This record gives sequence, structure tokens and C-alpha cells, in this order.
Amino acid sequence: MKHTPLYAAHRALGARLVEFAGWEMPVQYRGILDEHNAVRTRAGLFDVSHMGEIELRGAGALAACQMATANDVGRLADGRAQYSLLLEPSGGIVDDVIVHRIHAERLMICVNASNRDKDFAYLGEHARGADVVDVSDETALLALQGPRATQILHRLTDAPLGSLPRFAFVDGVVAGRRALIAHTGYTGEDGWELYCAAGDAVTLWDALLSAGAGDGLIPAGLGARDTLRLEAALPLYGHELGADTTPFEARLGWVVRLDKGDFVGRAALREAKAHGLRRCLVGIETTAAGIPRADYALLRDGARVGHVTSGTKSPTLGKGIGLGYVDPAVSGIGTPLAVEIRGRAVDATVVRVPFYRSQALATA
Amino acid sequence: MEFPDDLKYSREHEWVLVEGNVATVGITAFAEEQLGDVVFVELPAVGDKVTKDEAMGVVESVKAVSDVYAPISGTVLEVNDDLPENTELVNEDPYGDGWMVKIELSDVTDLEELMNAADYEAFVQEQQE
Repeated sequence: MKHTPLYAAHRALGARLVEFAGWEMPVQYRGILDEHNAVRTRAGLFDVSHMGEIELRGAGALAACQMATANDVGRLADGRAQYSLLLEPSGGIVDDVIVHRIHAERLMICVNASNRDKDFAYLGEHARGADVVDVSDETALLALQGPRATQILHRLTDAPLGSLPRFAFVDGVVAGRRALIAHTGYTGEDGWELYCAAGDAVTLWDALLSAGAGDGLIPAGLGARDTLRLEAALPLYGHELGADTTPFEARLGWVVRLDKGDFVGRAALREAKAHGLRRCLVGIETTAAGIPRADYALLRDGARVGHVTSGTKSPTLGKGIGLGYVDPAVSGIGTPLAVEIRGRAVDATVVRVPFYRSQALATA
Repeated sequence: MEFPDDLKYSREHEWVLVEGNVATVGITAFAEEQLGDVVFVELPAVGDKVTKDEAMGVVESVKAVSDVYAPISGTVLEVNDDLPENTELVNEDPYGDGWMVKIELSDVTDLEELMNAADYEAFVQEQQE
């Protein structure tokens, strides 16, 4: 299994380590609920260095990126990022990514750890005209997330954090080391993602934990990362997204800019849009005791109408929540459904998402 | 990690406190530590018959669903009603307030197949290798 530069640090902290996408990663330190709660009320620090970073470089980089991604990079100024998708020609989803426009001849795409090699091959094939460079091995990624994240980061950098809106980033210095400081995150809270050289990861990690100790900053693992993103109704590749899902089904129609010019998957999506949805992603909450889990059937009047893609007991809300695909006919907010849990139908309702909305993030 | 001497243990990491013909059952400190934060507990009902080595309930952590097995056969006399609303008791006090069910034994020889504390501790060491 692969290790990030912080492996020794995780072991020293007593992390429970698990295999994820070929990497040995911390699922928790002191406990998922503690870590989840820390991110919601104070701050948490995640090592997500297993994720991939692939750059598109050269005079043809911008045009190549436009062809290979569904969102419109033409709308990005230097120092701005956007959520985007890599699509199959059939319109299915290859990966969900964040594209960072460093400048017109250099874009950095952050990709899921589980899709790194696939995405590299995909970009090699579809991002024609750009030099495609996989910089994942040289790059570490730390995510500092929570309402106190900004004040903690302020102590370690002179970068103008206050003037960086969400999805803006800057090339700066944190704890004396060079880092791409991005106002992004996957937790539904305000926070920052710091891309640094692999060799600087330990320095940054230690400096952040130290600087944030007084604010109650604690390390947080992949377990909390999942419960946090689920409360925020953020999709996870392999659950809500896959080669057999289209962006419209996944509530990601807003990411797809059909009018920006040609891109891989455009023709298929235009057709799909004309035909309407065969299923759609909804949020559900159980109204009786029981926790929705991935692959559990969703029922309406005893008949199967879909399935759960991700589920948990929401630490913040104290109830069972989940995302799942259902027949569009039963996707309206307030529709009563049931989750099949161990052979029993447990009452649930289609609810508005996100399940949780951060005040601090709304004003970030 | 605790392995109280006055208890017997199953290979599925349940503990049993025997008092006359009544067995109190819960999951061990090893089990709760492996699970992580427990967020849901499903117990049998009073009066249910349970069968040794068959699932009698479910304990869910944040990430996973696990069966709780009956370490002995019998009839459920009592369940811990505090547990569904206070699932953290399983993590905080697995041998005390985190108890799950009390069962009237139907066959006292079922107890002979359970391990004592020393044997269970050795069993746990093996699991961790």
C-alpha cells in the first residue's frame, strides 16, 4: 500500500489506518464523531495527499481543458478554480474534479485518488494540445476546515486570505514553505486546501496543528470527511457518480455548460437532456429508527423505486440521512418513501439538500 | 483494554455475565473499539427466543453495520431500554451500562463453549496480528 508523507505522523497520533484506493490512510484518530464535531464547531486538519494533481501546460492548455472538461474554464480568471467533470463520450462521468486556472498556460486539476491513473490516461487522450503532467507524487494536500480555519491559517501566512472568495487561490507561503492556498473544501464548512511539495507536508502539518491548538484544531480522518460531505450533500465518486451516471441525474446540470463550445460528452448530453431523466438523485431522511446505507432499496408503497448511494446517521442532525437515485415521479420534496433495512421498510421522506448548511460558509 | 475476570466470552466478541440461570450479554471492549462510535443499536424483544451463534441484534457504527450474535440459546427476559437513545454507552461502558440483553438460558451446557478472560485475551491478541 502507498503512504503519504504524513504516514509516520498518523501512526504517532494513534490513527486507525485503513486501505483506500491503494493507500493506507487514517480513517479516524480519536473518533469520527469527535472529528466531525470539531470541523463543524472549531476546525479539523485532513491529510488528503492521496488525491491526484494533474497539470495541463503550454499554449494549448486552456483549449485542451475546455475540450476535456464539462464546465467552462473560459469563465475563470487567473487564480480561480471551479468544480468540473470529466465525461465519457457517452455522457457518463469519469471523475469529478476541481480545475485551478493558475494562468492560461497552466491549469492544475485535482482528481480523486481512486481515479488518478484513469484520469491521466483520459487527459492524455482528450486534452489534445496540452502537455499533461501528473504531479501527484511531488504534491501533498492538507485540508484545514471549519469556522476557525481562516483565523488559524492567518497565523502562518501573509497571504491575503480575506480577499480570496470561495474557489479563489493564491501561490503563497505557509509556515515558511511555498503552497498553493485554495479557498476550497469538501466538508460544507469554510476552510482551505493547501497544496505543497511532498517534502514540506510534515512541516505544514505540524505548524498547523501547533498554530491551531489553542482554537481546538484536531486531526480528522476519512471517516469524518465522509460524514461531513454527506451532510453537505456533496457527491462521492463511486457512490453518487460513476460511468453509468450522467450529470443531470446527479443534480450536476449546473456544472455542464452545453453552450461553451465542444467538449467530450456534449453531444450525448444534449440528447439526454432532450429525453428527460430516467432517475434522479435525492436526499432522504428516515423518520423512523434506522440508518440508510449504500445499496439499500428505496420503496414507495412497497415497490422498489430506487436505491441508496450513501447513507449514515448524521452527527449534526442526529437522524438517518442518505443520498439515492429514484424514479423522477417520486423525487419531489416531501414524498414519503421507505428504506429497506434488513428486510423491513423504514419510513423516510425526500428532503431538501444540503441536509446541513453552515452559517460561516454562507458568509465566507 | 479490559477483560473482566468474572465474565465469559464468545468468539464473536460478546461477553456473558452468568447469574444462576440468567445471562447478561453485551459486546466487549475489543468489539467496541474496532467498531468506533456506535450510532445505532437494534435489540431483540422481550420474549424472543435466541439461538446460540445466530444473530440476535445489530450494532451500527458510523461506517458499518455489524451483527450481534447470541452466545447462548434462550429466551430474552430484558433488554437495555436506555441503549437506543444512548448508543455511546456501548463505547463508554461496554461491560456496564452498555449491556444489551438478559437471557434465560435454555441449555446451561452452552456456557462450556465460551472462553474465560485469559483465553479471550489471547484470542484477541491473535486477531490483532
